[in-house]
Amino acid sequence: MHEMALAEGVLGIIESAQRAQHFHAVRVVRLEIGELAGVEVAALLSCLDIALRRSVAHAARIECATAPGRGWCMDCARSVSIATLYASCPHCGGAQVQATDGLQMRVQDLMVE
Amino acid sequence: MCNVCGCGQGETRIEGKPDVTATAHAHPLGHRHGHDHDHIHDHDHAHGDAHEHDHAHTHLQDVQLAQHAAQGHAHEHAHGTRADDLHYGRGAAHAHAPGLSQARMLRIEQDILASNNAHATDNRRWLEAHGVFAVNLVSSPGSGKTTLLVRTIEALRDALRIAVIEGDQQTTHDADRIRATGTRALQINTGKGCHLDAAMLGHALEHLHPEDDSLLLIENVGNLVCPASFDLGEAHKVVVLSVTEGEDKPLKYPDMFHAADLMLLNKIDLLPHVHFDVEQCVACAHQVKPGLQVLQVSAQSGAGMEAWLDWLRRGVSGAREQRRHAIDTLQQRIAELEIQLAAKA
Repeated sequence: MHEMALAEGVLGIIESAQRAQHFHAVRVVRLEIGELAGVEVAALLSCLDIALRRSVAHAARIECATAPGRGWCMDCARSVSIATLYASCPHCGGAQVQATDGLQMRVQDLMVE
Repeated sequence: MCNVCGCGQGETRIEGKPDVTATAHAHPLGHRHGHDHDHIHDHDHAHGDAHEHDHAHTHLQDVQLAQHAAQGHAHEHAHGTRADDLHYGRGAAHAHAPGLSQARMLRIEQDILASNNAHATDNRRWLEAHGVFAVNLVSSPGSGKTTLLVRTIEALRDALRIAVIEGDQQTTHDADRIRATGTRALQINTGKGCHLDAAMLGHALEHLHPEDDSLLLIENVGNLVCPASFDLGEAHKVVVLSVTEGEDKPLKYPDMFHAADLMLLNKIDLLPHVHFDVEQCVACAHQVKPGLQVLQVSAQSGAGMEAWLDWLRRGVSGAREQRRHAIDTLQQRIAELEIQLAAKA
């Protein structure tokens, strides 16, 4: 989808961290991408490869953790595990599941020097 | 340019002109522009976090440091570190000599779209302060958004002040169609970009400057994927789906239906001519977003339009009431302060 815009977002966060913290290289960028965030991780990594090319993070390793999807089943009244936004409840099979977690896309931390 | 979806940078044009405000910095509406804004913030170190610090023990080895802390010496920086963290002064190779690498971990914990979201917050604040009810219309190309807008404007223009922002990759055709109704409209051409973002809307607001207590209709780039993730600062996203598309589209493109607060099922005048199961479509939408409000309309025939127009009228009066309430609260506060001042004078 819009992975290039996301890669530019990561670059912006790194540049802004650099202005505040004064480092000269980023070794590792740790991301957390929710299972339900609609992000194609392979595409994001390929976009990051381009977006970070001329930046302080050009040689950085990208570590991408997946945050599992969770939802609230309105029929069971409990939190359940879901892998898609349209998943049915694994317990009752009902479709009334509201996504509650796994929608995030975050830069968690940077290893810098 | 994006090698995935073709998004381009620096190609955004407002009414055919390069978006010069994208690089300027002084703006009457106080929007943020460009990419610069700092969000790294000071924070307290939780135990377990790595951090850099200056102290009198920069050359202590791990063991010495641990002993030092264990002996009860006052040392406010002797936090534990996770095995995978690196600590300034206890670097990858325990390197302390000048010139050797000193890696450290910076905790960021920021949304990748933080910059967009900050612009969106600015937009939302401005819209609310001016009582503008902003609706972001999203759909795949060809769902009938522009015709829907034209008919909506024709029905509401005597009662409401309306402005329109049109997003398309190229051409001013849509804005021209809206302007033909006598309504103010601004075209944003995203170039190769696949969605409007909050900074673009901020620039557009400065150009268009919608009137107080008005309705702002934003027609996003026809794309059922990317615009879902980009908050513009609107009051609601409204997803338009037409009956000439598949009824399972909410399942195929769940993000957009999840992000929307209202779904308009358009072109219902064509239902007798197409194989489209309305009930199944609504069930698919509810599978993605339980409780999503669905209105069935035909912009062409006018069927069902009244419910949509009512929804907009309620939104506009809600935004106006909210603004009035904010003004009343401020005036009340001024009155109270004047009483206090008079008592002291």
